[in-house]
Amino acid sequence: MIDGLTTALLATSRDVFAVTALLLGFQLFVLRRPIPHLRQLLIGLVFVVIGLAFFLMGLELALFPLGTHMAEQLTSPEFVAGADTMRESPEWWRYGWVYLFAAIIGFSTTLAEPALIAVAFKANQASRGTISPWGLRLVVAVGVGVGISLGTFRIVTGASLALFIIVGYVFVVLQTVFAPKSIIPLAYDSGGVTTSTVTVPLVTALGLGLSATIPGRNPALDGFGLIAFASLFPMMTVMGYAQFAVWWARLRSR
Amino acid sequence: MMGKAPTVKPLLRIFAARFGSALRDLLPIIAVIVTFQLLVFRQPFPDVAGMLVGTMFVVIGLMFFVQGLEMGLFPIGEAMAHAFARKGSLTWLLVFGFLLGFSTTVAEPALIAIVAKAADVVAEANYIPSDGASRETYAMQMRLTVALSVGVAIVLGIFRILKGWPIQYLIIGGYVVVGLMTSVAPEAIVGIAFDSGGVTTSTVTVPLVTALGIGLASSIRGRDPLIDGFGMIALASLTPMIFVMLMGILKFGLRAPGLG
Repeated sequence: MIDGLTTALLATSRDVFAVTALLLGFQLFVLRRPIPHLRQLLIGLVFVVIGLAFFLMGLELALFPLGTHMAEQLTSPEFVAGADTMRESPEWWRYGWVYLFAAIIGFSTTLAEPALIAVAFKANQASRGTISPWGLRLVVAVGVGVGISLGTFRIVTGASLALFIIVGYVFVVLQTVFAPKSIIPLAYDSGGVTTSTVTVPLVTALGLGLSATIPGRNPALDGFGLIAFASLFPMMTVMGYAQFAVWWARLRSR
Repeated sequence: MMGKAPTVKPLLRIFAARFGSALRDLLPIIAVIVTFQLLVFRQPFPDVAGMLVGTMFVVIGLMFFVQGLEMGLFPIGEAMAHAFARKGSLTWLLVFGFLLGFSTTVAEPALIAIVAKAADVVAEANYIPSDGASRETYAMQMRLTVALSVGVAIVLGIFRILKGWPIQYLIIGGYVVVGLMTSVAPEAIVGIAFDSGGVTTSTVTVPLVTALGIGLASSIRGRDPLIDGFGMIALASLTPMIFVMLMGILKFGLRAPGLG
């Protein structure tokens, strides 16, 4: 446990150290002006380090062992087919529990994603309160849940990753044309923040477990792509929700 | 919400409120794990004490993180944006942006894990010799490439805010480039490239870069914080894919026709 704490502390302090050095360097040599509330900022940075260290250590203690174990169990041949070995091509519907687990683990881990909490807070501020932070997080979490569930379906059926991604991006482009202009940058950013501390380890375990147990899959190649799905679908749900909100408001004002 | 240098007593009250919201953030995960363990697997929990302590740690961690966000990371991003806007030096702003992206990415643990995996995949595909030294060299080159790409993304993102370019042209254009490169880049590189886009935006970088973008957009006349302030995270997840595939093509040549 002490070991986990030191690793987590080291990892986050490296990031924070880089930021602090950059900040002080620019203040001293380029801006040559005191930065307001410098002491408070530095205390805030210390809080970030402490917070992330506890967060990561807690995840390692409580969530990751059980979560990855569950992912492995759910994808094991005994659980899926009730036999020791997998048949040549197991039917896709035998993996029902996997899709469900993928969807709700994607949804629930996204709600606790610290980077998304930060973006949602800022979105609320920048929109002057129009975008509710909790609402944005829910919509993004639904997107990640759908994306990861569909990603596991793709691994099971062995369908082409490129095809899914290309169709997905064409859909995103179409939505971009029709969605309210003010939501587009935030929707794009939501795709990038979902794949960090909490989601990636659990999702990777799920992807690797799946492609390792299905005959004819190569974990090095087929395990990829879940993360790509997890960043594609939030863009769709965020823009979709904004379109829905505009449509709903128009309907009600009639 | 944004507190000004809270003293001890209000700080305690803030922490109490944060505790509640951190617990709420975490409840869904706990519910999922407990339900699956008890109803689907029908197994008792292996280590109840460890799980409780761990959950407590996660809650405490989220609490401190959100507090630090509001006291440290957000104000720093905004203060830097305003300071550069006042100083009016584009060059220094871009240098700052580049260094911010590069330095927070190059030591990112998730990136280090991915480049190690990438070196294995590439060695297995016989693109590089499989001895330890060549793998390490390759992993290091990958790390620098990805960090460079994030630096470039922030520079591009800042430039875009100043010019008021709509983000969708950059992103959609970028993904068209990614699509084209996917069809010509060495096959072993493509999966790695896609994954490297996801690992670059760390929990420290995201709030800082977002605050920087919004701070810039709100200190420049005619820019809207919502439309112009967001978008840098999306750029920072896009450029690594392009740079990693470009590096693959430059190092190993185009994909042999007929294989992919």
